[in-house]
Parts: sequence; structure tokens; C-alpha cells
Amino acid sequence: MTTRVSRRSFLAAGGVLIVGLGLDGLGPAGAQSIPDADRFLGKSLAPDAVDSFLAVHRDGTVTAFVGRVDLGTGGRIAMRQLVGEELDIPLERIAMIEGDTALTPNQGGTGGSYGIARGGSQLRLAAATARRALVDLAAQRLGRPAGDLEVADGVVRGKDGSGTVSYGELIGDRALNLKVDAAAPLKPHDRFRFIGKSLPRPDLPEKITGHHRYLQDLVLPNMLHARVIRPPAFGAALVSVDESSLASIGAARVVRIQSFLAVVAEREWDAVRAARALKTQWGSGTGLPDHAREFEAMRASPVVRDQEVAKRGDLAALSAPPAGTRTLAASYRWPMQTHGSIGPSCGVADVRPDRVTVWSASQNVHGLQNTFARMLGVERDRVRVIYMDGSGSYGANGADDAAAEATLLSREVGRPVRVQWSRQEEHGLDPKGPAQLLELRAAVDKDGDIAAWETQAWLPISTANLPNIPLLAVDAAGLPQTQGRATGLIYQNVDPPYAMPNLNAVVHWVADAPLRTSPLRAPGKIANTFAVESFTDEIAALARVDPLEFRLRRLTNPRGLEVLRRVAARMGWQPRPSPAPGNRNAAVLTGRGLAYVHYKHDETIVAMGMDVTVERATGRIRVTRVVAAQDCGLMINPDCVKAQLEGNILQTLSRALHEEVVYDRDRVTTVDWASYPILTFPEVPKLDLELIQRLDQPPLGAGEAASTPVGAALANAVFDATGVRLRTVPFRADRMKAALAGRS
Amino acid sequence: MAKLTLKVNGTNREVESDDPDIPLLYVLRGDLGLTGTHFGCGLAQCGACTVLVNGRAVRSCLAPAQSVVGQEVVTIEGLGSPERPDPLQAAFIAEQAAQCGYCTAGMIMSARALLAQTSRPSERQVREGLAGNLCRCGSHARVIRAVLRAASAKPGGR
Repeated sequence: MTTRVSRRSFLAAGGVLIVGLGLDGLGPAGAQSIPDADRFLGKSLAPDAVDSFLAVHRDGTVTAFVGRVDLGTGGRIAMRQLVGEELDIPLERIAMIEGDTALTPNQGGTGGSYGIARGGSQLRLAAATARRALVDLAAQRLGRPAGDLEVADGVVRGKDGSGTVSYGELIGDRALNLKVDAAAPLKPHDRFRFIGKSLPRPDLPEKITGHHRYLQDLVLPNMLHARVIRPPAFGAALVSVDESSLASIGAARVVRIQSFLAVVAEREWDAVRAARALKTQWGSGTGLPDHAREFEAMRASPVVRDQEVAKRGDLAALSAPPAGTRTLAASYRWPMQTHGSIGPSCGVADVRPDRVTVWSASQNVHGLQNTFARMLGVERDRVRVIYMDGSGSYGANGADDAAAEATLLSREVGRPVRVQWSRQEEHGLDPKGPAQLLELRAAVDKDGDIAAWETQAWLPISTANLPNIPLLAVDAAGLPQTQGRATGLIYQNVDPPYAMPNLNAVVHWVADAPLRTSPLRAPGKIANTFAVESFTDEIAALARVDPLEFRLRRLTNPRGLEVLRRVAARMGWQPRPSPAPGNRNAAVLTGRGLAYVHYKHDETIVAMGMDVTVERATGRIRVTRVVAAQDCGLMINPDCVKAQLEGNILQTLSRALHEEVVYDRDRVTTVDWASYPILTFPEVPKLDLELIQRLDQPPLGAGEAASTPVGAALANAVFDATGVRLRTVPFRADRMKAALAGRS
Repeated sequence: MAKLTLKVNGTNREVESDDPDIPLLYVLRGDLGLTGTHFGCGLAQCGACTVLVNGRAVRSCLAPAQSVVGQEVVTIEGLGSPERPDPLQAAFIAEQAAQCGYCTAGMIMSARALLAQTSRPSERQVREGLAGNLCRCGSHARVIRAVLRAASAKPGGR
């Protein structure tokens, strides 16, 4: 094979050093795609050591080692901004290695919107600790008190300009042997040089010119291409394989471990052809429940335990409403949805007798290291998992499965193996964001105040201490693994953020869900906020109060009030109750709505407004404008934050308008973009976004929060336009049309 | 083993295949090392694999390689490089118009075909021109701006 070796290139546009990928001769000895990275093998990985995060080299350059990876989110520039800020070095001198179990500290998986808030903050403290130590070293070297010294571009000098010594001269490639000091002095914001600037991402020129090497593009010497053959029904066992069916594709061969079946070939197309041609016989599947009754089944499921998420006062106003108090009840349904990565998952592995190397786009390479050590029965330190960029994942898609499959196959064939999933596998087999059912009740007193609120949510329970999401190939191959379920912290934000005397929010944890689940962006909180903020609007409508005014009156957090007021100002919000007055029989109805979230009640705050039109004849909803204001604390790189805000809005609009996973009794039937459509370019609304920079506050995370108010802002705008309340996602035209018909 | 001669990015390239139906995508990526063109669905539904054939946007995941013999195939690598992006790529960089970037090459090739047909498209025409390209990260608004920016930067443009 030929592999282009891209060279280090300095980008005039961003002034950021791009470290290209040199993959020639790539093997375990040179497994990292960053040139010369393996000279760091054996370095500290301890989560509390400065040397785990940073190496300062003789030439004054710095390498940052980051456990939390950049999923297209901008971490590759933001992490450099943090390091450059605290060390006072130009960003083009900073190289960065992400997500390599042999080289980067375990900072936990990349998720929860914590990449910067936690991962970046650790890195920043490590840099601040290193800077103080380097200045102390310089003080000794120069024979002057540290307080008389300053740093500019990696050179320590007297504040009077006399005497200089560079970082490279002070430490040059030697270990600092320091613990990260949580109290290390951070640079005050009035002296920020890099933090808070919208510097361009270093990875984009290569991505935009097709020169970036994704995991899917990785080719190892002697590598085989594989396709996994899936059972026609979940849980079916393989009965027989007719290898003669591959006779016409001479270059392909079959690999089988019990019911784990694959074809491998030198050329990728031969593997694809062989997978299509191979004749197999399978037993019957374990069976899936009736999709049409998914929510009823969830409601009727035995409850493992109840979790009281919030409780104050009592619900007497609901059980025995005083005169003049009205009660309201509504049920909200959010369907099972897929991650929907545009590039199906891929995994590459090279299993050798003495070491195992796996390349993956997993959001949790350190977790996979443990998983694969268990799977193969080898010591953990013989397994190295290296992150490479894949297609965007938004949680745990099929990446971990594909990596496991490549690993098992490489062990079987004794050569490096690349597993590429098909579109049908990604849609059909990735672990799903679970369906959620919420039932809400409220008592509204004669003054329009919320006398009592109750949330009941039915959610599938996560298995405590589950080491990893059970992997398809491990089960199919008959290997041991802990069974269980992972969904993320899906119970958060089931309780409203508003002042009220009586509140009870409880989650009924049910044992099972129809398919494998995993965290999917803002796990649970998209559906929970859809329910809570839709219901808030329903109460406001019942009380005949303007929905903005209704919220403002019940919030005390000044940062919450500010985002709401900013959205209202941008929308030109006219106070009035919903629905909009006017002709309900017009061909096209227009409305506006808003929603608010304080993510997890202590993180990012977002207010969002939408303008919609609804076509009466077809039920087609068109979102014409989305206005949002977000306060996520300190923004390291505001443009990267803005991109996350845009992505949260558009991806969740897609989920709210279009998306639902459907299955029959054997398998998922929505296995392509025709049966599982997503938002397209013509549907994209005008985005009018406002970010609030808080230089004196900690960063709170931008990857998830703004996805959560989308569903309710949309439903509230549709109600405003039509007087009809949609409580079941997705809001497809046929559902809207039926709801309109039901009203009249 | 059949030999095919394809003209890709201005150069004649000879490839062999024992399957006359091998899609262009697998030749580009597997035989020619042009991995900038990505596999997304294999169903011509998502646009990630879009290349130009005689200036038209074609889904390389389904188009047989032999169907483009004698025609001019242009892939994302045929436009520009990180150091010297072509104007459309430069506009994408200026707008920071990608998140994961996996679908970006296909969008640029679709936009390229659109701009060849309609040198100064309206925003609506840009949206329609990209209707067959899917993005999951939600970079759409930036992509639209990037295409409009490239159009207006053309000589004689707005």
C-alpha cells in the first residue's frame, strides 16, 4: 500500500502547529500517529502528576497529553489555549497527544460535557503548577527572587528585562516530578492572552482538504479488511456456514468463533462482496417486544426502585384541590433514538503474542483497555488503545463494538484487522438512547400559581459498576462479560427549576429496555426538559399568563433571568398568553415559543426561543428561527462553544421533528437514512445566538446543555401557532396533521 | 482480472479488479489511497462519498468504477491542500465550517458542482444544492455561509 505522509505544516491562518499523521510502517513500535510520540513511552500516567500532562522539551516546545479527546468539538485548540495561557508559550509550540492509554493520563471518558470543564481544568492546573516550578528553577539559576521574574514566550526573565533563561534550558525533556497542585495560581483573566479568543481549530484545514486521516482511513502493513455477518434476529445462534458460497470470491475467507462470524479479505471490496454472498443458517432470535406498545409496556414494567429526585412540601393541592384550584395532567413520550453517526463505526487492531494495539474512535479508550484485557485474558499493561478521529459520535455509538470485533479477529488471523460497519449495522446495532416516559401533574391555584407539581418518570435503570456496555461480539463469541445496561445520568432535570412550595419528582427505575442502550448526548435530559418545559407552558396557558413572564416570576438565579431576557429581547417578545390569537383556519399558522434549562441544576444555563409555521393541510412544521442565549461560564474558545450551541440545536431539532427507532420482533427496521430520516439543509432554520462570556467564572461545559430546551421550545411554539399540544416525539407531519384534525 | 484506466485529479491511474462492478469509492480509497472521500451509507443517501465526474456530483459508493472510464474524476484531494486550499475550501476554513469533518468532503464536492452550474446561488439554492448531503454534528449554518462566501469571492461576484 502507499500511504501519504503529511508533513508538519504551519498554518498562517491560525498560527497553530498542525501535527500531521505519518503512518508509514506503523506498527506497535510506532503506533501513535503523532510523529515521534513513542519516545514518550514509559512516561508518567498518574492522574495527579504534572509529568502525566506535560513535557517541556529542550527546544522550548511542549507536548500536552490529554485523556479527553476532541470529537470535532474544538478541544484540540482549546486545550492548547489553556496550556499556552498558563505556561506563557505560543500555541504553535504546543503539540498534543490525545486518548492513548500508553501516553495520556486516564481522565475518564470524553462525555458529560466535561471535556473542558474537568479535563481542561486538570490540564490547566498542571500547566500552572509547571509554570510556578519553572519560575522557581529560574530564580535559583538567576539568583533572584521568583517575585522579580516574569515569563514571555517560554523565557523567564527579570521584570526589569535583565537576565533570561528559557524553559528548555531549565528543564529540557527532564521530568518535573511534581504533583498537580489544586491551589496553583491561575493567570488572572485580565491578563489572558489566549483564553477567551476564537482561535481557529488546527484540525480543520486537513479535514476540509481531505488530508486528515480518520480511523476509517487507517491502513496498517499486512492488514486485512473484515466485515462481520450479523444474525437476522437479535440473539440468534449460528447454525451453519456454507463456505463454498464464497468460491467466486477467492480472496476472502471466513472466520468464526461460535456465533461470531466474519469474512476477511486483502481488499475491502472483496470483504464487502463476501459478506453479501456468504450463505448462513441461524436459529431463532430471543425476540423483541411489540414496538407499538413500547410506552405502555414501560409504564407497566415492574419497578426496580423509586428515586426521589426532588421533594419539598406535599401534594395535598393535587389530591384534594381547594376551591378555585385547577389540576392539570399530561404525559410526554420521547422515543428511542440512534446516535446516527454519518460514518459507520470502524475499529483496527493488531494482536500479537506479546502486545495488543487497538485504534478506535471510542469516547472511552481507557475503559476499552480494561475491557479488552478482560476479553483476551491478558494483563492490562499489554493492551494499548489509541484514539483516532472517527465520524462524530455524541455518546457511545458502535465504536467500542467495532474495536472489539477487530481485536477478536486479529487474534484469530494473526494479522492486523480493520472492521468497517455498514450503514445498516450502525443504525441497527449501535446502542440506543432509550425511550422515556414522563407523566406530570400540577395544581394551579386561583392566582395562577403552582400549588403543587409532580413528575413521574419511567426510565430504564443503569447497572451499578457495569465495567462496559456489553459488546455484541463478546456475547456472540461466547466469551464472558458482565451483562447490564448503561444509559448515563438520565434522571437529571426531571424537576422544574422554578420556585414552588410543593414539589415531588420521582423516577421509577424499570429493569429493562427493548434494545441495548448507551448514553446519547445530554442523556435523558433532552426528554426530561421537553416534558418539564412543555408542562410549564401548559400551566402558563391555563393561567392565561405570558410564558416568559410566567418563568421570570419564578426564577431567582440572576444568570437564568439574564439568558431569558436576552432571548426575549432578540425575539422582540410581545407579552401575551399562548396560543396566539388569530385565525386558526389560515392555511399556514405561525407561532413562537420558548424554553429554559439550568443544566443538571448547577451547570450551563440556556434560554431558547423558536418561531415556527405549521401548514394546516399537511401538518408540516417548519422552524424558521431559533434564538438562544447561553451562559456556560468561562468560554476558552467562544467560536467553538458557538459551534456546539449550533450543533445541539440542529441535532436535537432533527431528533424532535423526525427521529424514531422502530423494530419488529427480530431486529431494528429503521436501518438507513430513508427509514430514519434526519434534518436536511433546506430545513435548517435561521440561528440567532448569543453567548455570555464569564471571564471570572469556571467553565461549565457546552457540549450538551443547549440540546435540552429544543423539544419544548418547539412544542411550545407549535402550541402557540395551533392551540394543539404535541406531547409525543417525533413531530412528523402525519402526527401534527392528526392532532390538528383531532382539535377541530 | 480486468484492468481499468481512470483519470483521477488529472492523472491517468491504472487499477485492476476481478469484479467489474467494484464501486468507484473502493478504487479511490483502496487502490489509489485517496481516503479523503468517505464511506457513509453505500446507498447514495448521505452524500459523504460525493466526487465529481465530468463536473457533476456523483455518489462514488454506488457508481461502478468502470462507468467513469474515460471521464474526468475529481476528488477532494484534487482541489487544494492544507497549505493551499482552493477558494471553496478556504471559505470552509474561514467559516470553521465543520465539526467532526467526516461529511465535509462530500459537501464541498456537491457545492463545487452547484457553483459550476450556478455561479452566484441564492441561499435557498445553496440549501437545495446540499439537500442530499447529511450532517449529524449540526454544522449546516456554517456550511451554507461558506458556500455563499466562496460564491461571492469569485471574480465578478457580489
